[in-house]
Amino acid sequence: MGRIRVIPVLLVKGSGLYKGVKFKNHTYIGDPINAVKIFNDKEVDELIVIDIGATLGNKVPDFSLISRIAGEAFMPLGYGGGIKSLDQIKRIFYEGVEKVVINTSAHNSTALIESAAKTFGSQSVVVSIDIKKNLFGKIEVYTHSGTINTHKDPVQFAKEMESAGAGELFFQSIDKDGTFAGYDLPTLKKITDKVSIPVIAGCGASGLEDFKMAISEGGASAVAAGSLFVFVGKTKGVLINYLSNNEINQLNNG
Amino acid sequence: MVVIIDYGVGNSTSIKNMLRKAGCAQSVISSNPDEISKATKLILPGVGAFDMGMENLHKSGLVELLNRRVLEEKIPILGICLGAQLLTKSSEEGTMPGLGWVDATTLRFQVDDENKNLKIPNMGWCDVSMQKESRFILDLPADSRFYFVHSYHIVCRDKADVLLTAKHGITFTAAIEKENIIGAQFHPEKSHKFGLTLFKNFISNY
Repeated sequence: MGRIRVIPVLLVKGSGLYKGVKFKNHTYIGDPINAVKIFNDKEVDELIVIDIGATLGNKVPDFSLISRIAGEAFMPLGYGGGIKSLDQIKRIFYEGVEKVVINTSAHNSTALIESAAKTFGSQSVVVSIDIKKNLFGKIEVYTHSGTINTHKDPVQFAKEMESAGAGELFFQSIDKDGTFAGYDLPTLKKITDKVSIPVIAGCGASGLEDFKMAISEGGASAVAAGSLFVFVGKTKGVLINYLSNNEINQLNNG
Repeated sequence: MVVIIDYGVGNSTSIKNMLRKAGCAQSVISSNPDEISKATKLILPGVGAFDMGMENLHKSGLVELLNRRVLEEKIPILGICLGAQLLTKSSEEGTMPGLGWVDATTLRFQVDDENKNLKIPNMGWCDVSMQKESRFILDLPADSRFYFVHSYHIVCRDKADVLLTAKHGITFTAAIEKENIIGAQFHPEKSHKFGLTLFKNFISNY
């Protein structure tokens, strides 16, 4: 097996870089291009950039921003936010992005996932599964940057996306986002047990131990983190950071 | 002039970006026969299915020109990912013949008793090991790793054409080199300093 991919997730809105807690209260933390350059120097395995303003603002993907980000990303790059059509996906790939991350547009119909997988290959189509627990403890799938409840069951939705042609799933637990409280391992495990495509664990990582558990207990193939890689310390000072080589070796050698 | 061949398949902009970082500001993405005729080096990108790649190449009307430039005039060409597989004679993924410039075929990874849990595609970073000396891999650190996304891999008939190997269940061919023809199964344009080294070598040493 190749090395476990450790993926920083950057959120953009307008031309700024943001990070929130539980998909809310996003604060400005800097310039996305600069962050990409730093992650480049740190030789990160892969990068995911999500435009959190696109779907909610009913906007199309910002191709100029995507192009500037891709121009500095000498690692595999995934982009998500506001993607609605095959033409948009084509344009995004042309600009130098390897994977699209689709959430809202995967819900009403699987047509976009199917045609994207057929045209560009499954490996380039990632579906993000954003989940949240309701008052009764039931876990449901959300869209529109976590603002709309579809009342769908995450496992069922994951299976639907796999059969539609998604090559990878990006698991995000809204309740855990930005909390450093660890991944939602039980829900992650339920999904990875039922699909054979790789699942990226997202939301809640506080460090190496969480990554290890996402793989060993959650069954994830890759791990992602947002806050962990852009903040440092209890006061959450902004500092773009990544695992040390030593930590990467620990992750890969058990 | 380095020409990245535009045949509607692939991530040409990423390659152009990496060439720029490697100090080559003069690359163009083009399907124009005049530009390809004048190119000093060619890059054949590619993402997608084998037959679609070959069909697009034929539709672009460039195959004859490319045959002349590569086989007769021997200008250096670098095929990347599907672009490397197209250099071979055929692929299990399709029915169309490949460019056939290298005596090799392209086979699918097999999930068998020995590799029951093998994930296909192979997606992620793999270490590589060098199989022969070459200007292309000069100064490449011993711990080099590259980013791969593929379900098929190249099998050379002449082992002397194998440049790099990697492991995914089996040991497979990660890069090939035969005279002026180089193929990389991985994406050097998305492989940090390791890929950058290869592009610098391709620009300077060929």
